[in-house]
Amino acid sequence: MPVVIEKTNPNVNKESIIQNPAENKKVVYNTKDLNLWYGEGHALKNINLAINENEITAIIGPSGCGKSTYIKTLNRMVELVPSVKISGEILYRERNILDKSFKVEDLRTNVGMVFQKPNPFPKSIYENVAYGPKIHGIRDKKILDEIVEKSLRGAAIWDEVKDRLNQNAYGLSGGQQQRLCIARCLAIEPDVILMDEPTSALDPISTLKIEELVQELKEAFSITIVTHNMQQAARISDKTAFFLNGEVIEFANTDKIFSTPSDKRTEDYITGRFG
Amino acid sequence: MKYVDTEQVHKKMGSRQIANNLAKTLFFLATLFGLAVLIVLIYRVLADGLSWINMDFLMNRLSTDPEKAGIWGAITGTFWLMLVVAPVTMILGIGTAIYLEEYAAKGRVSSFIKTNIANLAGVPSVVFGILGLTVFARALDLGSVVFAGGLTMALLVLPVVVVASQEAIRAVPQFLREASYGMGATKWQTIKNVVLPAALPGILTGVILALSRAIGETAPLVVIGIPALLIPVPDGIFDKFTILPVQIYYWTIDSALIAEYANLAAATIVILLIVLFVMNSIAILIRNKFQKRY
Repeated sequence: MPVVIEKTNPNVNKESIIQNPAENKKVVYNTKDLNLWYGEGHALKNINLAINENEITAIIGPSGCGKSTYIKTLNRMVELVPSVKISGEILYRERNILDKSFKVEDLRTNVGMVFQKPNPFPKSIYENVAYGPKIHGIRDKKILDEIVEKSLRGAAIWDEVKDRLNQNAYGLSGGQQQRLCIARCLAIEPDVILMDEPTSALDPISTLKIEELVQELKEAFSITIVTHNMQQAARISDKTAFFLNGEVIEFANTDKIFSTPSDKRTEDYITGRFG
Repeated sequence: MKYVDTEQVHKKMGSRQIANNLAKTLFFLATLFGLAVLIVLIYRVLADGLSWINMDFLMNRLSTDPEKAGIWGAITGTFWLMLVVAPVTMILGIGTAIYLEEYAAKGRVSSFIKTNIANLAGVPSVVFGILGLTVFARALDLGSVVFAGGLTMALLVLPVVVVASQEAIRAVPQFLREASYGMGATKWQTIKNVVLPAALPGILTGVILALSRAIGETAPLVVIGIPALLIPVPDGIFDKFTILPVQIYYWTIDSALIAEYANLAAATIVILLIVLFVMNSIAILIRNKFQKRY
């Protein structure tokens, strides 16, 4: 029996066909026949996924299923791993990001990333948030001040840090550090935010804060979130993709995945029979 | 039945305890030996040299007359030498380390280079002196001036800076680089703004240790051809020069002729030791102050 988890999104049509979204939402990322190898290991197999604007897309699956690899392919961070080989297409706003002419720096200015472990720089809170705008050439102190405040407010951490912007970010708690990292990501005014298990290193209360924040950010950004936590996926996402052994087993509205999954393996996973 | 027989264990307890204490004593004596030699050495140097140190000794030029001789020339020479060694080793050493750690593809070529740099640290310093003499002093026709000596010395201590910088750069956690790349920073922006600031304490420690080694080295500069008695004080990096350890060397040799030269050598050793002590302390201070913040 699949678990049914109450969702607060009545607008989603349960019957809609996801692979080819029927809603009048724009597709941000369209992955076509993506294959990826680490050396000899085939980590992603024929991935086809469409990610919509202003939606939260959750990627779930057991350890080693390729979900982190997939999200790191979306901003080509996966290329930091030596001996990685990729084939297929990933269209971001209609342009193939795997094309050599697409500069990663351009891509990553549009696509921000929040990592598994909070990773602020050993600099002040202010400098952490101002880092992105600065590397993209913004020097004007007034503009930087504005961006920093706006981003920290956007990440729901402004009230906690406004009196100590010049203190080292390492003095913050883990949950605050992660929200600071989200603020740092907002500061480059991205189009998409990729989150790679952003709450896995956090306590339940910090996790809740981040989840609420992610829900709010959805209004302005497209969010793709990898999570180990199925309840989290069910709580916050609009669509869910279930990965297993490098393949997308099922991709559908979150309601459907968690109530009437069409694949036996999805059902086994979400009911806790493995993983 | 029990394999560990409590009674047997108890019987042999005595000899085990003796072996245990013996080991401790042995290692303590080994430590003591080095320490004792150092103390004797410092005592001898202080006894011979301390009474010779005064303002005249520090500020006078060299002289054959032990009563008039001073080390101002050697102090100035050491200063000019460092002024060449420091920037050259830093630029070459840190540059090499950045290239090897951040740019070079991890493969045979880069591990070959790394192995060779590590081996370079083991090359005797007199060999570097011969290199300096043939390449800088003669082939480039610089003569035995500060600049030629500085380049030679820079090459000699280069491996120290490269290896220390490599370790410092490698110790910068990958997640900091990822954070920077993730916002669209280029490699150079990431190195400049994230990697180098985080690695700086380690790099500085390496640089200071390298410089303090350069200050104490004698052989390469003797090979390059520093005169035993150089009266003029160098005014720049293209002047002939002498340095503290070389002066110590010459005075020690000549103490067979004039006994007071031994006291001058001892007094110079005291000054050199103070300089080295200060530099090493700074290195330790930097290391402690900036230790692991993430």
